[in-house]
Amino acid sequence: MLDSAIQLKNLTKTFGRVVANKNVSLEVHKGEILSLLGENGSGKTTLMNMISGIYYPDEGQIFVDGKPVDIRSPKDAFDLGIGMIHQHFKLVDVFTALENIVVGRGGKLDLKAARAQVTAICEKYHFQLDLDQKVYSMSVSQKQTLEIVKVLYRGANILILDEPTAVLTPQETEHLFEVLRYMKADGKAIVIITHKLNEVLEISDRVAILRKGEYVGTVETSQATEMSLSEMMVGQKVSLDIGRSQPMNTKKRLAIRHVSCVNKEGVTTLDDVSFDVYSGEILGIAGISGSGQKELLESIAGLQRTQEGASIEYIADDGETKVQLIGKTPREIKDLGVALSFVPEDRLGMGLVGSMGMTGNMMLKSYGNGHGFFARRKEPRKVAESVMEELGVVTPNLNTPVRRLSGGNVQKVLVGREIANEPTVLMTAYAVRGLDINTSYTIYHLLDEQKRKGVAVVYVGEDLDVLVELCDKILVLCGGRVNGVVDARHITKEEIGLMMTNRREGAVGNVK
Amino acid sequence: MSNKALSAKHEPLVRIVKRDGQSVARRILVRVVAIVLALVVDALFIYFVTGLNPLDVYRVMFGGSFGSKIRFWWTMRDLVTLLLVGIALAPAFMMRFWNIGGEGQILVGAWTSALCMVYLGDKVPSGVLFAAMAITSIAVGALWAFIPAYFKAHWNTNETLFTLMMNYVATAIVACTVNILRGQASSLGKLNKGTKAGWFPRIFGQYFTINIIVVVLLMVLMYVYLKYSKQGYEIRVVGESENTARYAGINVKKVMIRTMLISGAICGLGGFLIVGGKDQAISTATAGGRGFDAIIVAWLSKFNTFIMALISFLLVFLENGAHEIASNYSLNDFAADIISGIILFFILGCEFFVNYRLVFRSRAHKEGNGNV
Repeated sequence: MLDSAIQLKNLTKTFGRVVANKNVSLEVHKGEILSLLGENGSGKTTLMNMISGIYYPDEGQIFVDGKPVDIRSPKDAFDLGIGMIHQHFKLVDVFTALENIVVGRGGKLDLKAARAQVTAICEKYHFQLDLDQKVYSMSVSQKQTLEIVKVLYRGANILILDEPTAVLTPQETEHLFEVLRYMKADGKAIVIITHKLNEVLEISDRVAILRKGEYVGTVETSQATEMSLSEMMVGQKVSLDIGRSQPMNTKKRLAIRHVSCVNKEGVTTLDDVSFDVYSGEILGIAGISGSGQKELLESIAGLQRTQEGASIEYIADDGETKVQLIGKTPREIKDLGVALSFVPEDRLGMGLVGSMGMTGNMMLKSYGNGHGFFARRKEPRKVAESVMEELGVVTPNLNTPVRRLSGGNVQKVLVGREIANEPTVLMTAYAVRGLDINTSYTIYHLLDEQKRKGVAVVYVGEDLDVLVELCDKILVLCGGRVNGVVDARHITKEEIGLMMTNRREGAVGNVK
Repeated sequence: MSNKALSAKHEPLVRIVKRDGQSVARRILVRVVAIVLALVVDALFIYFVTGLNPLDVYRVMFGGSFGSKIRFWWTMRDLVTLLLVGIALAPAFMMRFWNIGGEGQILVGAWTSALCMVYLGDKVPSGVLFAAMAITSIAVGALWAFIPAYFKAHWNTNETLFTLMMNYVATAIVACTVNILRGQASSLGKLNKGTKAGWFPRIFGQYFTINIIVVVLLMVLMYVYLKYSKQGYEIRVVGESENTARYAGINVKKVMIRTMLISGAICGLGGFLIVGGKDQAISTATAGGRGFDAIIVAWLSKFNTFIMALISFLLVFLENGAHEIASNYSLNDFAADIISGIILFFILGCEFFVNYRLVFRSRAHKEGNGNV
């Protein structure tokens, strides 16, 4: 039988009146990969924060190697061989990989010895890492590799990975899993937090499930299916069917031609992008993060300065009236009668005002409506009430600052407002990032409903499985250029993954 | 449960836990307890360090603001002066535009008012004179705020440094003017002493009654402006996140400049009220540090102008009280400052206990409702 690496017994943690974890007990063996599964707000992060010394449990006991321990700070956790790989990397951009690995280590700095040690680690677990590469020139997956090597170098035997695959392409994910298997074979205990059920089934030995802060149980992966896991997670049967509808009466809605953007550092972020968006269709946009998705959507929304020669034409329902969107501010676009809705990636930093309640946020785009000096609050309150009811937003009241709501509820408020505007074009950036299964499917269904109403939907996503199932067409961006537009019904995610990473020369974005 | 005993030994002694869903009664209670505690600690200080009877000292302190009718009037006068600057700074700070230049904006307002009094005092009817004073003060105060706002909006300069430096410019202008005006005299003294041109008319026996009326009016107007107007909404959005503001179609530059014009204009108006209604004089000390004190007033109140009035009162009350103690007992100023400082410390410090509670090691396992 396997030895226990870390064991949690009856951990409880409360914040004010909120019980984040209640009597959670679980065990991870050496040489095992355990998936921690749970919806948003189920207490996964709180639990991991207690293990890594950020929070101290109210009740319960943690055992490492069978001995009771107290983890009062991240340093205590380190000393016990617990290493956490966060979703947001904690690296120094201007340092090389090696410098990042040794930084913060006490004692004398011996780069030579460190290099030898790190090289040995890389060889042992088959990491591909250039130790002299600066972090700013690394891809997301390289940075993640570096984080893992760093934690291993510091002697971690228990590794916790918080949604490591969220930002990776299928190929990169495959490579990560390979490395994880090598580490497992070496006797490391690995906890992986993820939302993607197919990955859970692929990589883990056992799955522990949390629901609303309570521990539901642990199952052997070999005896689990996607259905059974999601049922345990949600507590009821969920339908994992997006139910994509057939596009009807599609009309050209946006004609985008020769759009290029250069950022503050002079780097070209969008390079001569041209494509069309049709009403009654969902156009997916795939690409490694930072391939120009943000700039593309913001150019359309009037938030991004584009290079000379760009044209974004909006074609109204009659097919005659055309409106040029380039060079217009969001206000001007709205005043021209173009109902453009945009769910930006940065929800609280761009789409919403965190310190305001739902009512205040519903006003964000409409507060200027009507004459007079005072802002009207009656209609926004009605909109807020209907969004709350229709999307099931959980909030103490309409004036509770949205910053205090959970991620899923924040997104519902944002998407709800954008749909309430009755758009003809709806753009969403990473609309389901960080959301649980139920909320994600709610959003998919809402988007499909908008499509059936004749809205032109643009869906920027990172989960290729979803892109393939939800969208009608998929535009693949690679390094700011269009690497092709494909029919989502006749392509695999592996093919898209290849298109995301390999620049095709002379690729022209057009579907037959 | 030997494990538990073992763990209890290593558990941190004190942990800080956030409170949620505080009742209003509790919030008030915490503050009352803070004041009582402050008075007790003060009493110990007074008794053991100065050897005086604490109750007598408190009576004197109270008398500093309420001892006589005129004292009360003066308290009101100082209160509204401070409150006015707080009202002026509120929109800027709500927009997260760090206007440290209230001091200078008041000074230049006072400066043009004084110039009008000196050079127009005996030449134009009083109505015209007051209008000239008010308009020039408001205009120059707004200008003083416009310059840093324009630079920030167009070139993203640092507004904190910029507004701060504008204070020194204002001080230098006023110092220069005062020197020219006083000529050979040792000090400038009251302006237009003989004609009283530009002095506000007395109402209820005081020149500054008009100040009180104006400030109370502004307090209500600013409250409504920030809370219910479209412009107030824009200010809040810009303050929260410029990206969100752009996303919402708000012209951030325009809002920034407009809001600072309002902020500076009210400061300039403050200069006018100080010169015409309060001092009838001008010096580099005319603003008297209120441009800075008012920052505390604006922040503590979270931009609610009615709460600003309460905090202004507290600050003025403590200052008056300290003066009174110092002169009454011939203590030095420092002792008096310690006494008022302790009170302020407790009142500000209790905010921590309003929002957080401490859980001690021994209580942690009993799910303490423990507070401190």
